[in-house]
Amino acid sequence: MSLQLRVENLSKTFVLHNQHGAELPVLEHASLQVSAGECVVLHGHSGSGKSTLLRSLYANYLPDQGHIWVKHQQEWVDLVTAPARQILALRRDTLGWVSQFLRVIPRISTLDLVAQPLRERGVERQESDERAKLLLSRLNVPSRLWDLAPSTFSGGEQQRVNIARGFIADYPVLLLDEPTASLDSANSAAVVSLIEQARDRGAAVVGIFHDNAVRERIANRLYVMNPITERAV
Amino acid sequence: MISEQPLLAVNQLTHLYAPGKGFSDVSFDLFPGEVLGIVGESGSGKTTLLKALSARLAPQQGNIIYQGQDLYARSESDRRRLLRTEWGVVHQYPMDGLRAQVSAGGNIGERLMAVGERHYGDIREKAGRWLQDVEIPLSRIDDLPGTFSGGMQQRLQIARNLVTHPRLVFMDEPTGGLDVSVQARLLDLLRNLVRDLNLAVVIVTHDLGVARLLAHRLLVMKDGQVVESGLTDRVLDDPHHPYTQLLVSSVLA
Repeated sequence: MSLQLRVENLSKTFVLHNQHGAELPVLEHASLQVSAGECVVLHGHSGSGKSTLLRSLYANYLPDQGHIWVKHQQEWVDLVTAPARQILALRRDTLGWVSQFLRVIPRISTLDLVAQPLRERGVERQESDERAKLLLSRLNVPSRLWDLAPSTFSGGEQQRVNIARGFIADYPVLLLDEPTASLDSANSAAVVSLIEQARDRGAAVVGIFHDNAVRERIANRLYVMNPITERAV
Repeated sequence: MISEQPLLAVNQLTHLYAPGKGFSDVSFDLFPGEVLGIVGESGSGKTTLLKALSARLAPQQGNIIYQGQDLYARSESDRRRLLRTEWGVVHQYPMDGLRAQVSAGGNIGERLMAVGERHYGDIREKAGRWLQDVEIPLSRIDDLPGTFSGGMQQRLQIARNLVTHPRLVFMDEPTGGLDVSVQARLLDLLRNLVRDLNLAVVIVTHDLGVARLLAHRLLVMKDGQVVESGLTDRVLDDPHHPYTQLLVSSVLA
Protein backbone atom coordinates (compact mmCIF):
# COMPACT_ATOMS: atom_id res chain seq x y z
CA MET A 1 0.00 0.00 0.00
CA SER A 2 1.53 3.29 -0.96
CA LEU A 3 1.69 6.14 1.47
CA GLN A 4 -0.20 9.27 0.49
CA LEU A 5 -0.01 11.34 3.65
CA ARG A 6 2.58 11.66 6.43
CA VAL A 7 1.91 13.87 9.40
CA GLU A 8 5.02 14.32 11.53
CA ASN A 9 5.12 15.85 15.00
CA LEU A 10 2.43 18.39 14.38
CA SER A 11 1.90 20.96 17.08
CA LYS A 12 -0.48 23.87 17.26
CA THR A 13 -1.44 26.28 20.01
CA PHE A 14 -4.02 28.96 19.33
CA VAL A 15 -3.02 32.28 20.87
CA LEU A 16 -5.91 34.70 21.25
CA HIS A 17 -4.04 37.99 21.30
CA ASN A 18 -7.08 40.15 21.81
CA GLN A 19 -8.38 38.04 24.65
CA HIS A 20 -5.57 38.57 27.10
CA GLY A 21 -3.25 36.35 25.11
CA ALA A 22 -5.15 33.22 26.08
CA GLU A 23 -3.30 30.13 24.88
CA LEU A 24 -5.14 27.05 23.73
CA PRO A 25 -2.85 24.13 22.94
CA VAL A 26 -4.72 21.82 20.62
CA LEU A 27 -2.20 19.61 18.85
CA GLU A 28 0.96 18.25 20.41
CA HIS A 29 3.39 16.15 18.41
CA ALA A 30 0.63 14.53 16.39
CA SER A 31 1.88 11.96 13.91
CA LEU A 32 -0.10 9.93 11.45
CA GLN A 33 0.39 8.06 8.18
CA VAL A 34 -2.33 7.28 5.67
CA SER A 35 -2.00 5.00 2.66
CA ALA A 36 -3.90 4.86 -0.59
CA GLY A 37 -7.12 2.88 -0.21
CA GLU A 38 -7.52 3.29 3.51
CA CYS A 39 -9.90 5.37 5.60
CA VAL A 40 -8.61 6.74 8.88
CA VAL A 41 -11.18 8.23 11.21
CA LEU A 42 -10.09 10.92 13.66
CA HIS A 43 -11.76 9.93 16.87
CA GLY A 44 -12.07 11.76 20.15
CA HIS A 45 -14.22 14.02 22.25
CA SER A 46 -15.13 17.56 21.38
CA GLY A 47 -12.06 19.74 21.82
CA SER A 48 -9.58 16.97 21.20
CA GLY A 49 -8.23 18.66 18.06
CA LYS A 50 -9.90 16.59 15.34
CA SER A 51 -11.10 19.53 13.23
CA THR A 52 -7.86 21.39 13.81
CA LEU A 53 -5.90 18.44 12.49
CA LEU A 54 -8.23 17.96 9.54
CA ARG A 55 -8.14 21.62 8.60
CA SER A 56 -4.38 21.57 8.87
CA LEU A 57 -4.37 18.75 6.33
CA TYR A 58 -6.16 21.10 3.96
CA ALA A 59 -3.80 23.96 4.81
CA ASN A 60 -6.78 25.93 6.07
CA TYR A 61 -5.05 26.04 9.45
CA LEU A 62 -1.32 26.53 9.84
CA PRO A 63 0.45 24.51 12.55
CA ASP A 64 3.28 25.96 14.64
CA GLN A 65 5.63 23.03 14.23
CA GLY A 66 5.90 19.78 12.38
CA HIS A 67 5.30 18.63 8.82
CA ILE A 68 2.44 17.47 6.69
CA TRP A 69 3.82 15.58 3.73
CA VAL A 70 1.39 15.01 0.88
CA LYS A 71 2.18 12.91 -2.18
CA HIS A 72 1.43 15.21 -5.09
CA GLN A 73 2.15 13.96 -8.57
CA GLN A 74 4.95 11.63 -7.51
CA GLU A 75 6.60 14.19 -5.21
CA TRP A 76 6.26 14.82 -1.49
CA VAL A 77 5.20 18.37 -0.59
CA ASP A 78 5.18 19.75 2.96
CA LEU A 79 1.98 21.74 3.41
CA VAL A 80 3.38 23.58 6.41
CA THR A 81 6.09 25.30 4.37
CA ALA A 82 4.74 25.20 0.83
CA PRO A 83 4.02 28.55 -0.88
CA ALA A 84 0.41 29.53 -1.46
CA ARG A 85 0.51 28.81 -5.20
CA GLN A 86 1.65 25.28 -4.62
CA ILE A 87 -1.04 24.68 -2.02
CA LEU A 88 -3.67 25.88 -4.47
CA ALA A 89 -2.33 23.40 -7.03
CA LEU A 90 -2.53 20.62 -4.46
CA ARG A 91 -6.11 21.56 -3.66
CA ARG A 92 -7.00 21.44 -7.32
CA ASP A 93 -5.41 18.10 -8.08
CA THR A 94 -4.67 16.15 -4.93
CA LEU A 95 -6.51 17.27 -1.81
CA GLY A 96 -10.29 16.99 -1.73
CA TRP A 97 -12.25 18.54 1.12
CA VAL A 98 -15.81 18.26 2.31
CA SER A 99 -16.40 20.73 5.09
CA GLN A 100 -19.16 20.57 7.59
CA PHE A 101 -20.85 23.67 6.25
CA LEU A 102 -21.45 24.80 2.72
CA ARG A 103 -19.94 28.17 2.07
CA VAL A 104 -22.43 29.68 -0.29
CA ILE A 105 -21.15 31.98 -3.00
CA PRO A 106 -23.87 34.39 -4.06
CA ARG A 107 -25.55 33.74 -7.39
CA ILE A 108 -23.72 30.53 -8.27
CA SER A 109 -26.12 27.75 -9.21
CA THR A 110 -25.95 24.34 -7.59
CA LEU A 111 -24.83 22.79 -10.84
CA ASP A 112 -22.01 25.30 -11.32
CA LEU A 113 -20.91 24.88 -7.73
CA VAL A 114 -20.67 21.11 -8.06
CA ALA A 115 -19.03 21.20 -11.50
CA GLN A 116 -16.44 23.78 -10.49
CA PRO A 117 -13.64 21.43 -9.37
CA LEU A 118 -13.77 19.73 -12.76
CA ARG A 119 -13.89 23.02 -14.65
CA GLU A 120 -10.78 24.07 -12.75
CA ARG A 121 -9.04 20.98 -14.08
CA GLY A 122 -9.97 21.98 -17.60
CA VAL A 123 -12.88 19.61 -18.14
CA GLU A 124 -15.35 20.92 -20.71
CA ARG A 125 -18.63 22.38 -19.52
CA GLN A 126 -20.82 19.69 -21.04
CA GLU A 127 -18.97 16.81 -19.46
CA SER A 128 -18.56 18.50 -16.09
CA ASP A 129 -22.26 19.37 -16.04
CA GLU A 130 -23.21 15.78 -16.90
CA ARG A 131 -21.10 14.40 -14.07
CA ALA A 132 -22.48 16.98 -11.68
CA LYS A 133 -26.03 15.97 -12.56
CA LEU A 134 -25.25 12.29 -12.05
CA LEU A 135 -23.76 12.93 -8.65
CA LEU A 136 -26.57 15.22 -7.54
CA SER A 137 -29.10 12.58 -8.59
CA ARG A 138 -27.22 9.95 -6.66
CA LEU A 139 -27.43 12.17 -3.60
CA ASN A 140 -31.16 12.71 -4.12
CA VAL A 141 -30.93 16.43 -4.88
CA PRO A 142 -33.93 17.01 -7.16
CA SER A 143 -33.29 18.46 -10.60
CA ARG A 144 -35.54 21.43 -9.98
CA LEU A 145 -32.86 22.69 -7.57
CA TRP A 146 -29.93 22.35 -9.95
CA ASP A 147 -30.23 25.80 -11.52
CA LEU A 148 -30.86 27.52 -8.23
CA ALA A 149 -28.30 28.99 -5.88
CA PRO A 150 -28.21 26.84 -2.71
CA SER A 151 -28.55 29.69 -0.23
CA THR A 152 -32.22 28.93 0.41
CA PHE A 153 -31.87 25.15 0.56
CA SER A 154 -32.33 23.15 3.74
CA GLY A 155 -29.26 22.21 5.77
CA GLY A 156 -29.35 18.66 4.50
CA GLU A 157 -29.72 19.78 0.90
CA GLN A 158 -26.81 22.19 1.23
CA GLN A 159 -24.70 19.48 2.74
CA ARG A 160 -25.42 17.13 -0.13
CA VAL A 161 -24.45 19.83 -2.63
CA ASN A 162 -21.25 20.24 -0.65
CA ILE A 163 -20.61 16.52 -0.77
CA ALA A 164 -21.26 16.35 -4.50
CA ARG A 165 -18.71 19.10 -5.02
CA GLY A 166 -16.19 17.21 -2.89
CA PHE A 167 -16.62 13.93 -4.71
CA ILE A 168 -16.91 15.03 -8.32
CA ALA A 169 -13.20 14.94 -9.02
CA ASP A 170 -10.95 12.02 -8.14
CA TYR A 171 -8.65 13.19 -5.40
CA PRO A 172 -5.81 10.99 -4.14
CA VAL A 173 -6.46 12.39 -0.65
CA LEU A 174 -9.97 13.05 0.60
CA LEU A 175 -10.65 14.99 3.80
CA LEU A 176 -14.15 14.74 5.24
CA ASP A 177 -15.44 16.79 8.15
CA GLU A 178 -18.67 15.24 9.42
CA PRO A 179 -20.12 14.73 5.93
CA THR A 180 -23.22 12.93 7.19
CA ALA A 181 -24.01 15.27 10.06
CA SER A 182 -27.21 16.80 8.65
CA LEU A 183 -28.39 13.76 6.71
CA ASP A 184 -31.13 11.21 7.23
CA SER A 185 -30.25 7.53 7.00
CA ALA A 186 -31.04 7.12 3.31
CA ASN A 187 -28.81 10.01 2.32
CA SER A 188 -26.16 8.93 4.80
CA ALA A 189 -26.09 5.59 3.04
CA ALA A 190 -25.59 7.29 -0.32
CA VAL A 191 -22.63 9.18 1.09
CA VAL A 192 -21.12 6.10 2.66
CA SER A 193 -21.31 4.39 -0.71
CA LEU A 194 -19.45 7.32 -2.29
CA ILE A 195 -16.75 7.12 0.37
CA GLU A 196 -16.35 3.37 -0.09
CA GLN A 197 -16.07 3.88 -3.83
CA ALA A 198 -13.40 6.54 -3.37
CA ARG A 199 -11.47 4.28 -1.04
CA ASP A 200 -11.76 1.38 -3.47
CA ARG A 201 -10.28 3.42 -6.29
CA GLY A 202 -7.30 4.17 -4.07
CA ALA A 203 -8.04 7.42 -2.31
CA ALA A 204 -6.51 7.96 1.11
CA VAL A 205 -9.45 9.14 3.20
CA VAL A 206 -9.25 10.99 6.52
CA GLY A 207 -12.52 11.86 8.18
CA ILE A 208 -14.41 12.88 11.27
CA PHE A 209 -17.66 10.97 11.81
CA HIS A 210 -19.74 11.18 14.93
CA ASP A 211 -22.25 8.65 13.67
CA ASN A 212 -21.19 5.27 15.06
CA ALA A 213 -22.84 3.25 12.33
CA VAL A 214 -21.15 5.20 9.55
CA ARG A 215 -17.82 5.06 11.30
CA GLU A 216 -18.02 1.34 11.72
CA ARG A 217 -18.77 0.83 8.07
CA ILE A 218 -16.01 2.85 6.54
CA ALA A 219 -13.16 3.12 9.00
CA ASN A 220 -10.12 0.95 8.42
CA ARG A 221 -8.68 2.31 11.64
CA LEU A 222 -9.16 5.01 14.21
CA TYR A 223 -6.72 7.74 15.10
CA VAL A 224 -7.61 8.49 18.68
CA MET A 225 -7.13 12.03 19.91
CA ASN A 226 -7.31 13.39 23.44
CA PRO A 227 -7.60 16.99 24.59
CA ILE A 228 -4.30 18.31 25.87
CA THR A 229 -4.59 18.42 29.65
CA GLU A 230 -3.13 21.27 31.62
CA ARG A 231 0.23 20.61 33.07
CA ALA A 232 1.62 21.99 36.28
CA VAL A 233 4.43 24.41 35.38
CA MET B 1 -1.04 25.90 -15.36
CA ILE B 2 1.82 27.19 -13.24
CA SER B 3 4.37 29.41 -15.00
CA GLU B 4 7.89 29.65 -13.68
CA GLN B 5 8.52 33.39 -13.83
CA PRO B 6 6.34 35.75 -11.84
CA LEU B 7 4.52 38.38 -13.87
CA LEU B 8 5.30 40.90 -11.19
CA ALA B 9 8.06 40.70 -8.59
CA VAL B 10 8.03 43.28 -5.82
CA ASN B 11 11.14 43.57 -3.65
CA GLN B 12 11.36 45.45 -0.36
CA LEU B 13 9.24 48.31 -1.63
CA THR B 14 9.14 51.37 0.58
CA HIS B 15 7.55 54.79 0.37
CA LEU B 16 7.00 56.74 3.55
CA TYR B 17 5.74 60.27 3.19
CA ALA B 18 5.68 60.76 6.96
CA PRO B 19 6.62 58.51 9.88
CA GLY B 20 4.19 55.58 9.83
CA LYS B 21 2.44 56.96 6.72
CA GLY B 22 2.88 55.05 3.51
CA PHE B 23 4.31 51.58 3.34
CA SER B 24 7.63 49.90 4.02
CA ASP B 25 9.42 46.71 3.10
CA VAL B 26 6.72 45.12 0.95
CA SER B 27 7.73 42.07 -1.06
CA PHE B 28 5.71 39.55 -3.07
CA ASP B 29 5.48 37.73 -6.38
CA LEU B 30 2.41 37.63 -8.57
CA PHE B 31 1.70 35.07 -11.31
CA PRO B 32 -0.88 35.07 -14.13
CA GLY B 33 -4.33 34.07 -12.93
CA GLU B 34 -3.59 35.01 -9.33
CA VAL B 35 -5.58 37.49 -7.31
CA LEU B 36 -3.68 39.12 -4.47
CA GLY B 37 -5.78 40.94 -1.91
CA ILE B 38 -4.34 43.75 0.20
CA VAL B 39 -6.50 44.30 3.25
CA GLY B 40 -6.25 46.76 6.08
CA GLU B 41 -8.04 49.68 7.57
CA SER B 42 -7.85 53.34 6.60
CA GLY B 43 -4.33 54.64 6.96
CA SER B 44 -2.71 51.24 6.59
CA GLY B 45 -0.86 52.35 3.47
CA LYS B 46 -2.66 50.05 1.09
CA THR B 47 -3.79 52.72 -1.36
CA THR B 48 -0.33 54.30 -1.44
CA LEU B 49 1.10 50.85 -2.08
CA LEU B 50 -1.32 50.30 -4.93
CA LYS B 51 -0.29 53.60 -6.49
CA ALA B 52 3.36 52.60 -6.38
CA LEU B 53 2.62 49.13 -7.78
CA SER B 54 0.58 50.55 -10.64
CA ALA B 55 3.37 52.80 -11.90
CA ARG B 56 1.92 56.01 -10.52
CA LEU B 57 4.24 56.67 -7.57
CA ALA B 58 7.98 56.08 -7.58
CA PRO B 59 9.05 54.30 -4.39
CA GLN B 60 11.86 55.53 -2.18
CA GLN B 61 13.41 52.10 -1.90
CA GLY B 62 13.04 48.71 -3.45
CA ASN B 63 11.94 47.79 -6.95
CA ILE B 64 9.17 46.32 -9.03
CA ILE B 65 10.10 43.94 -11.81
CA TYR B 66 7.50 43.47 -14.53
CA GLN B 67 8.37 40.85 -17.11
CA GLY B 68 12.00 41.02 -16.20
CA GLN B 69 12.27 44.80 -16.38
CA ASP B 70 12.47 47.30 -13.53
CA LEU B 71 9.25 49.31 -13.72
CA TYR B 72 10.65 52.66 -12.64
CA ALA B 73 13.74 52.28 -14.80
CA ARG B 74 11.47 52.51 -17.82
CA SER B 75 10.64 55.88 -19.32
CA GLU B 76 7.55 57.76 -18.16
CA SER B 77 5.96 57.33 -21.57
CA ASP B 78 6.65 53.61 -21.50
CA ARG B 79 4.92 53.31 -18.14
CA ARG B 80 1.95 55.25 -19.47
CA ARG B 81 1.79 52.94 -22.45
CA LEU B 82 1.71 49.96 -20.09
CA LEU B 83 -1.21 51.52 -18.24
CA ARG B 84 -3.17 51.86 -21.48
CA THR B 85 -2.48 48.43 -22.83
CA GLU B 86 -1.18 45.54 -20.73
CA TRP B 87 -2.27 46.95 -17.41
CA GLY B 88 -5.58 48.15 -16.06
CA VAL B 89 -6.42 50.34 -13.11
CA VAL B 90 -9.91 50.26 -11.65
CA HIS B 91 -10.40 53.23 -9.34
CA GLN B 92 -12.62 53.34 -6.33
CA TYR B 93 -14.63 56.24 -7.75
CA PRO B 94 -15.42 55.15 -11.29
CA MET B 95 -15.47 58.68 -12.73
CA ASP B 96 -11.76 58.87 -11.82
CA GLY B 97 -11.19 56.18 -14.39
CA LEU B 98 -13.58 57.34 -17.08
CA ARG B 99 -13.69 60.25 -19.48
CA ALA B 100 -16.79 62.24 -18.61
CA GLN B 101 -17.13 64.00 -21.98
CA VAL B 102 -16.91 60.78 -23.96
CA SER B 103 -19.78 58.36 -24.48
CA ALA B 104 -19.80 54.89 -22.90
CA GLY B 105 -18.92 53.33 -26.22
CA GLY B 106 -16.21 55.89 -26.70
CA ASN B 107 -14.69 55.21 -23.31
CA ILE B 108 -14.21 51.61 -24.33
CA GLY B 109 -13.35 52.34 -27.96
CA GLU B 110 -10.57 54.78 -27.03
CA ARG B 111 -8.59 51.98 -25.49
CA LEU B 112 -8.89 49.94 -28.65
CA MET B 113 -7.64 52.84 -30.70
CA ALA B 114 -4.73 53.24 -28.34
CA VAL B 115 -3.63 49.71 -29.23
CA GLY B 116 -3.84 50.43 -32.91
CA GLU B 117 -7.33 49.48 -33.97
CA ARG B 118 -8.65 51.70 -36.74
CA HIS B 119 -11.85 50.30 -38.17
CA TYR B 120 -14.69 52.31 -36.65
CA GLY B 121 -17.32 49.65 -37.25
CA ASP B 122 -15.25 46.96 -35.58
CA ILE B 123 -14.42 49.18 -32.65
CA ARG B 124 -18.05 50.04 -32.08
CA GLU B 125 -19.05 46.42 -32.32
CA LYS B 126 -16.42 45.33 -29.83
CA ALA B 127 -17.42 48.11 -27.46
CA GLY B 128 -21.02 46.98 -27.75
CA ARG B 129 -20.12 43.39 -26.90
CA TRP B 130 -18.17 44.49 -23.85
CA LEU B 131 -21.05 46.62 -22.64
CA GLN B 132 -23.24 43.55 -22.78
CA ASP B 133 -20.59 41.43 -21.06
CA VAL B 134 -20.66 43.82 -18.12
CA GLU B 135 -24.45 43.90 -18.25
CA ILE B 136 -24.86 47.46 -19.46
CA PRO B 137 -27.72 47.74 -21.96
CA LEU B 138 -26.49 48.27 -25.51
CA SER B 139 -28.92 51.16 -25.85
CA ARG B 140 -26.67 53.21 -23.53
CA ILE B 141 -23.64 53.03 -25.82
CA ASP B 142 -23.88 56.67 -26.84
CA ASP B 143 -24.79 58.02 -23.42
CA LEU B 144 -22.34 59.93 -21.25
CA PRO B 145 -21.11 58.06 -18.15
CA GLY B 146 -22.38 60.86 -15.92
CA THR B 147 -25.90 59.66 -16.69
CA PHE B 148 -25.16 56.17 -15.35
CA SER B 149 -25.78 54.84 -11.87
CA GLY B 150 -22.74 54.18 -9.65
CA GLY B 151 -22.81 50.47 -10.29
CA MET B 152 -23.08 50.94 -14.03
CA GLN B 153 -20.23 53.44 -14.02
CA GLN B 154 -18.07 50.94 -12.19
CA ARG B 155 -18.89 48.24 -14.69
CA LEU B 156 -18.10 50.63 -17.53
CA GLN B 157 -14.74 51.36 -15.94
CA ILE B 158 -14.05 47.67 -15.77
CA ALA B 159 -15.00 47.19 -19.41
CA ARG B 160 -12.77 50.11 -20.43
CA ASN B 161 -9.87 48.50 -18.60
CA LEU B 162 -10.36 44.98 -19.83
CA VAL B 163 -11.09 45.55 -23.52
CA THR B 164 -7.37 45.53 -24.32
CA HIS B 165 -7.00 42.16 -22.59
CA PRO B 166 -4.53 43.33 -19.99
CA ARG B 167 -2.42 40.84 -18.10
CA LEU B 168 -2.44 42.71 -14.84
CA VAL B 169 -5.19 44.75 -13.23
CA PHE B 170 -5.04 46.89 -10.11
CA MET B 171 -8.28 47.57 -8.27
CA ASP B 172 -8.89 49.95 -5.41
CA GLU B 173 -12.06 49.11 -3.47
CA PRO B 174 -13.97 48.28 -6.66
CA THR B 175 -17.19 47.59 -4.77
CA GLY B 176 -16.90 50.36 -2.20
CA GLY B 177 -19.92 52.60 -2.00
CA LEU B 178 -22.14 50.33 -4.05
CA ASP B 179 -25.42 48.87 -2.90
CA VAL B 180 -25.16 45.31 -1.65
CA SER B 181 -27.06 43.77 -4.54
CA VAL B 182 -24.94 45.72 -7.00
CA GLN B 183 -21.82 44.59 -5.19
CA ALA B 184 -22.80 40.96 -5.53
CA ARG B 185 -23.29 41.35 -9.25
CA LEU B 186 -19.98 43.11 -9.67
CA LEU B 187 -18.07 40.53 -7.68
CA ASP B 188 -19.65 37.84 -9.82
CA LEU B 189 -18.50 39.63 -12.93
CA LEU B 190 -14.98 40.13 -11.61
CA ARG B 191 -14.68 36.52 -10.57
CA ASN B 192 -15.71 35.29 -14.00
CA LEU B 193 -13.49 37.72 -15.86
CA VAL B 194 -10.45 36.80 -13.79
CA ARG B 195 -11.02 33.17 -14.60
CA ASP B 196 -11.88 33.60 -18.27
CA LEU B 197 -9.05 36.02 -19.07
CA ASN B 198 -6.47 34.47 -16.70
CA LEU B 199 -5.91 37.91 -15.22
CA ALA B 200 -3.44 38.69 -12.50
CA VAL B 201 -5.09 41.12 -10.09
CA VAL B 202 -3.99 43.18 -7.13
CA ILE B 203 -7.07 44.29 -5.24
CA VAL B 204 -7.11 46.64 -2.29
CA THR B 205 -10.10 46.30 -0.03
CA HIS B 206 -11.12 46.81 3.55
CA ASP B 207 -14.00 44.36 3.06
CA LEU B 208 -12.99 40.86 4.17
CA GLY B 209 -15.99 39.34 2.40
CA VAL B 210 -14.77 40.73 -0.91
CA ALA B 211 -11.27 39.49 -0.11
CA ARG B 212 -12.50 36.00 0.64
CA LEU B 213 -14.55 35.86 -2.53
CA LEU B 214 -11.96 37.18 -4.96
CA ALA B 215 -8.45 36.76 -3.59
CA HIS B 216 -6.26 33.67 -3.60
CA ARG B 217 -3.75 35.25 -1.25
CA LEU B 218 -3.82 38.12 1.17
CA LEU B 219 -1.43 40.71 2.52
CA VAL B 220 -2.66 42.24 5.76
CA MET B 221 -1.39 45.76 6.32
CA LYS B 222 -1.20 47.88 9.42
CA ASP B 223 0.61 51.19 9.73
CA GLY B 224 2.43 50.65 6.48
CA GLN B 225 3.71 47.17 7.23
CA VAL B 226 2.63 43.76 6.07
CA VAL B 227 1.82 42.01 9.34
CA GLU B 228 0.57 38.75 7.90
CA SER B 229 0.30 37.05 4.55
CA GLY B 230 -0.80 33.74 3.08
CA LEU B 231 -3.65 31.83 1.53
CA THR B 232 -6.85 33.81 1.91
CA ASP B 233 -8.83 31.18 3.76
CA ARG B 234 -5.89 30.42 6.02
CA VAL B 235 -5.38 34.07 6.99
CA LEU B 236 -9.08 34.62 7.62
CA ASP B 237 -9.85 31.30 9.36
CA ASP B 238 -6.61 30.92 11.32
CA PRO B 239 -5.27 34.45 11.82
CA HIS B 240 -1.95 34.50 13.67
CA HIS B 241 -1.08 38.19 14.03
CA PRO B 242 -2.95 40.18 16.71
CA TYR B 243 -4.11 42.76 14.16
CA THR B 244 -5.42 40.14 11.75
CA GLN B 245 -7.26 38.50 14.63
CA LEU B 246 -8.77 41.87 15.51
CA LEU B 247 -9.87 42.50 11.93
CA VAL B 248 -11.42 39.08 11.55
CA SER B 249 -13.25 39.17 14.85
CA SER B 250 -14.69 42.61 14.07
CA VAL B 251 -16.60 41.47 11.00
CA LEU B 252 -20.33 41.07 11.47
CA ALA B 253 -21.01 38.16 9.11
